[in-house]
Amino acid sequence: MTQLTTRVAGAFRVWLRNFESWKDFAVASLVGTVAEPLLFFAAMGFGLGRFVDEIQGQPYVAFLAPGLVASTAMNAASFETTFGSFTRMNEQRTYEAIVMTPISVGEVVAGDILWAASKSLLAGAVILAFMLPLGLLAGPLAAAVLPLTFAVGIMFGALGMAYTAIAPSYTFFNYFFTLVIGVMFLFSGVFFPLDGLPSWVGWAAWFLPLTHAVILMRALTSGTLEPSMWVNGAWLAAFTLAAFWLSVRLIRRRLIR
Amino acid sequence: MMGRPILSRVDSEEVLVRARGLVKAYSTEPVVKGIDFDVRRGECVGFLGPNGAGKTTTINMICCFVSVGGGELEVFGQRVNGDARDIKRRLGVVSQENNLDPDLTVLKNLLVYGRYFGLPREHRLRRAEELLEFVQLEEKRDSHIRTLSGGMRRRLTLARALISNPELLILDEPSTGLDPQARHVVWQKLRALKRAGVTMLLTTHYMEEAAQLCDRVLIMDEGRIIARGTPQGLIEEHIGAEVVELYSTDPSHSDAMALLQGAADHVERAGDEVFGFFRRSESARALLPVLAEHHVVHRRATLEDVFLRLTGRELRE
Ligand SMILES: Nc1ncnc2c1ncn2[C@@H]1O[C@H](COP(=O)(O)OP(=O)(O)O)[C@@H](O)[C@H]1O
Ligand SMILES: [Mg+2]
Repeated sequence: MTQLTTRVAGAFRVWLRNFESWKDFAVASLVGTVAEPLLFFAAMGFGLGRFVDEIQGQPYVAFLAPGLVASTAMNAASFETTFGSFTRMNEQRTYEAIVMTPISVGEVVAGDILWAASKSLLAGAVILAFMLPLGLLAGPLAAAVLPLTFAVGIMFGALGMAYTAIAPSYTFFNYFFTLVIGVMFLFSGVFFPLDGLPSWVGWAAWFLPLTHAVILMRALTSGTLEPSMWVNGAWLAAFTLAAFWLSVRLIRRRLIR
Repeated sequence: MMGRPILSRVDSEEVLVRARGLVKAYSTEPVVKGIDFDVRRGECVGFLGPNGAGKTTTINMICCFVSVGGGELEVFGQRVNGDARDIKRRLGVVSQENNLDPDLTVLKNLLVYGRYFGLPREHRLRRAEELLEFVQLEEKRDSHIRTLSGGMRRRLTLARALISNPELLILDEPSTGLDPQARHVVWQKLRALKRAGVTMLLTTHYMEEAAQLCDRVLIMDEGRIIARGTPQGLIEEHIGAEVVELYSTDPSHSDAMALLQGAADHVERAGDEVFGFFRRSESARALLPVLAEHHVVHRRATLEDVFLRLTGRELRE
């Protein structure tokens, strides 16, 4: 077995490769990732929010913001490991070139997923920076939003990567973004609480990874974390491990004939 | 066995690649059907073969990019399976298809690639500058890959493969698709590496390339090695010394054809071309006064003659 430190170093070198190609266009890339959630934040939070009374004892904008952090992390990571990774693997043959060096397939996959999570983190941090002066962060616990954003990025990065491994062409990402990411964006409790809805909706939503991310995110920003929420954390951890394991297997099968 | 491997200018018997009964099938279609070969330290071995012969598949198994289907394959004395980090650390690879990193500049392509090997930054910088000079790309160091010509990309790929000082350099069609100038520059670089004692395994369609560079060649067809030896040895064994070519459609050639049929050791027709092969130069030369009246071509036998003789003249696409 290869030492863990070697593997981590390998993944980090792949991460650095992505960083080097990104840093010259950092500003343009960041605007793309962050502009959309900030527009949602402004339009829904302050526009729609004026017509909505408190939700779960907090102003609408305070309810919405943590959900947007989670969904932004999801979107940023998903884009990176679908369109981005697909391009590197198939169009550019970058994966091929890398796995002919001492780097393994698992490290390439891990490096790309960590990179995707880094973009999530960056985007999440920008939104957080807007939340702070607006008084939308209840206490010091809110600092944990950042590591959680990173973790959410890893989870969706791995999910996107697994899908990329089986996608025959770019067109197939339409299914992924409408049926998987789009559904989660709307029905994971980002915009409205799930508890008022018919019980089967809440039940179905429990199977969506973003639901658990939103619950934890909201608990952190509003300072309402409860011991029972370990279940949500465990759910996310289990899903992340499964998605990562699957993505490595599938990419290896696609790459190494 | 068709001929024995004759080793020339090889100063070591250390075997870097050893294949025995090596087999590979994609899904169920076998493409490498049990091949045996060795590559020793310091030698340059060439794989020749028509498209689809299985050259790239064989090379990719050595690079651990295609899984071994069966038989034995040892690289640097280790069996190839899985990620084989220790093998890959010691290899330099120039793949058939361009896979330079289009998101990075020329210099960064070298630096980032060197980092995959875990080389320290100082070392990578120094080595990258040396290599850019070696492949004559100093002026392009900050250019993006898409602005490079095909020849420049190949040279950069060669430089990239050399950044880790590999013990074995693997080149899959290093000069295919290049214009003659660019091709000759690549050959010049490969000769320099050969002089420096770098062990090389290459595939090529250019017989001239193989004849110039390779100590030994292996001719592959339909997943099998059908001949092996030194370029000169193969020519002598399969063709002889000289060749006379003429065209059967040219009426003035009918006399010459009759003469050729009588004198040559072997006559071969392909379309409108007729080839007479001569084992000994003297027999070809004896015909020359007669043949001089006709516009026939008289030349030395080449590796291309061997190749076409052994793999046939039908198109392979
Ligand atoms: N990834 C693959 N999947 C299925 N068949 C393949 C694959 N790669 C190559 N082949 C087939 O294997 C045969 C040998 O190919 P290859 O090793 O590329 O030959 P060469 O390099 O000598 O032209 C060809 O018939 C080719 O179509
Ligand atoms: Mg090939």
